[in-house]
Amino acid sequence: MAVSALSVPRPVAAPALPLLERRRRLAGAAFLAPAALYMIVFFGYPMVHNLVMGSQDYSVSSFYTGDAPFVGFDNYAAIFSDPAFWPTLGRTAMFTVASIVFQFVIGLALAVFFVRRFPLSGVIRALLLLPWLLPLVVSASVWRWIFDQDNGILNIALRGAGVIDEPIGWLNTVAWSLVSVIITNIWIGIPFNLVLLHGGLQAIPGSLYEAAALDGAGPWRQFTHISWPLLKPVTQVTLVLGLVYTLKVFDVIAVMTGGGPASSSQTLTVWSYQLSFNEFLFGQGAAVGNLLIVIALIAGLAYVRSAQQSLRSAS
Amino acid sequence: MTEPRPAAATRARRVPRRLGSTLIALVILAVLLFPVYWMVNASFFTSAQVLSVDPPLMPWSGTLDGYRQALESQGPNLLTSIAVATGTVVLTLAIAIPAGYALARFRVPGAGIVLFAIMVVQMVPNIVLANSLFDILSSIGLFDTYVALVLADSTLAIPFAIIVLRAFMLGIPGEVIESAQLDGAGYLRTLTRVVAPMSRNAIITAGLFTFLFAWGDFLFGVTLTSGQGLVPVTVGIYQFIGTQVSEWNAILATAVLASIPAAILLVVAQRYIAAGVTGGAMKE
Repeated sequence: MAVSALSVPRPVAAPALPLLERRRRLAGAAFLAPAALYMIVFFGYPMVHNLVMGSQDYSVSSFYTGDAPFVGFDNYAAIFSDPAFWPTLGRTAMFTVASIVFQFVIGLALAVFFVRRFPLSGVIRALLLLPWLLPLVVSASVWRWIFDQDNGILNIALRGAGVIDEPIGWLNTVAWSLVSVIITNIWIGIPFNLVLLHGGLQAIPGSLYEAAALDGAGPWRQFTHISWPLLKPVTQVTLVLGLVYTLKVFDVIAVMTGGGPASSSQTLTVWSYQLSFNEFLFGQGAAVGNLLIVIALIAGLAYVRSAQQSLRSAS
Repeated sequence: MTEPRPAAATRARRVPRRLGSTLIALVILAVLLFPVYWMVNASFFTSAQVLSVDPPLMPWSGTLDGYRQALESQGPNLLTSIAVATGTVVLTLAIAIPAGYALARFRVPGAGIVLFAIMVVQMVPNIVLANSLFDILSSIGLFDTYVALVLADSTLAIPFAIIVLRAFMLGIPGEVIESAQLDGAGYLRTLTRVVAPMSRNAIITAGLFTFLFAWGDFLFGVTLTSGQGLVPVTVGIYQFIGTQVSEWNAILATAVLASIPAAILLVVAQRYIAAGVTGGAMKE
C-alpha cells in the first residue's frame, strides 16, 4: 500500500481530483512508465510473439522473407506425436522433482544446524552461498571436469577406494547422464534453500522452544511440532520458487551433456532450444516453449498464492 | 561467591559442544565447497597433470600456464562480459529505481497490474524469451550487438530489482519525504536527493545482483550473438570446452577468472547477499 503523505481527503461533491493529487499521480505514472514500457516490450511482446510463432511454420527462410505460414496446431501435433515428447517430459519431471527434493532436504538440514550460534557460524554459512553465486556455466564446467571419465576426480577416487573397477562414463552414458546433471543442479540449489529456510527458522521466537524444552520435548519433537508447522509458508515459497527455477535450467545441461547422449539428459527447456537453434524449427521450439510457460505459470500462480498467504500470516 | 559457579560450569560444558559444532560446520563447508577447491587446484595443473590419473591434491607443484592461455584466448571475452554487465546494471537501475519509488509511494492507476506482472514474468522460462528476442532483435538489426545483450540481460534483473527497491522504499518514513516536498523539492528532486540516497543499501543490493545475473548469463549470450565477434566469457568457456577438451587447466583457469565477481561479492558485500537472496523471494 502506498502511504500517501500528501493525500488530501477527496471532496465528495467535486468530481475533479485536487490539483496536487492529480500532479502526484502524474508523477507516479511518469516514474513507472519506463518500467511498464520495458515490461511490455521485453516480456509481453516476446510472449505473444512466441505464442504466434507456435502456430506458424517458422523456419530459417522466414527470417529473410518474413513469410511464416499459419499452420494452426500443426507444431503442437508434431511435438506431441514426436517419439521424444513423453521421454523428455518424464526426464523433465525426474530432473525437477529429484533436484527440488534433495535441495530442500539438505538445505533444511543445514538451516536447522546453522540456526544455532557457534563460533564462525555466520562466516561459514555465508561461504556456503558460493555455489549459488557462481555463474552456472562455471559450476557446470567444474562438475563436467569432476565427472570426466578418464581424469575426473570422482572416478579416480572411486577406483582408489575400490568401489568400482572400471571408470564410469558419468556424462557419456545413457544410464548416468541425467543423474550427473541432477547431482550438479542439487549442489547449485542447496544454498538458496539454506538461506530462505534459515531466514524462516530465525523468525520463529526462541521462547517457543524454551517452553517446549521445559515441557520435556526433545530436539526432534521441537522440530516436528514447532519448526516444521511454523515454517510452512516459507517452505511453500521455497518449493515453488525451486520448481520455477529448476524448470528454467538450461546452462547446466547445455554445458555438461548438451542433453545427450542420445537425448538421455534432455529436458523440455533444452529440447526447445535444440528445436529452435539447432534444427531451426522455430515454430516447434516456440510450441515447446509455450508448454513450459503453461507449466511455469501454474507454478507461478501457486507461488503468488502462497506468498500472499505467508504475508497474511506474517502480518 | 557461590553465585557465578553454576553459570561458569555451564559455560565450561558448552564451550566444547559449540566448538564441536564449528568443527562439524567446517567439515560441511569442506565437502560442499570441494568442487570450488578442485576448480582452483586444477586450474594450476600442468598439461601432464591434467591427463594424470593421480592428480596432485595441492596446487604447489602447479604452473600458471592455464592462466596464461586463459587470458590469451578469453581476455577479450572477460572485457565483453564486464561491459555487458555494467551496461545492464545502468539500464536496470535507471528503470527500477523510479519504478520502485512509484510502486512504493504513489497511488498510480494500474500499479497493481504492474506489480502482478512483475511477479508473473519471473516465472517465464528464459528460453521462451530467447526464442522470440532472437527473431525480434535480428529483424531490427541488433543481432550480435552489445545493445541486444544489455537489453536481454536486463530481463533477468529488472523485475527482481523493482521488488527489492520497492520493498525497501516502503520502509522510508513518510515524514522524511513529506518534509522534502514541503521544502519545495519536486518529485524528481525528492527521488534523487532524498529517496535514492536513503535507499543506498537496497540500490547496492539490486546493482550487485544485476551485475551477477548479467555476468553469469549464458542463454542470451549464446542465442543473441554469432559467437565470433562479441563473446561473453560464459559463451567463451562453452566454446573452449567444445574445442579444447584436453586443456582443462586453461578451461578451469577461465572458470576461476569468471568466478571473481561472485568471490568479491561474497567477501566485501556479504551483508547485501542475504538481503538479495531473500529480498526477491520473500518481500512480496
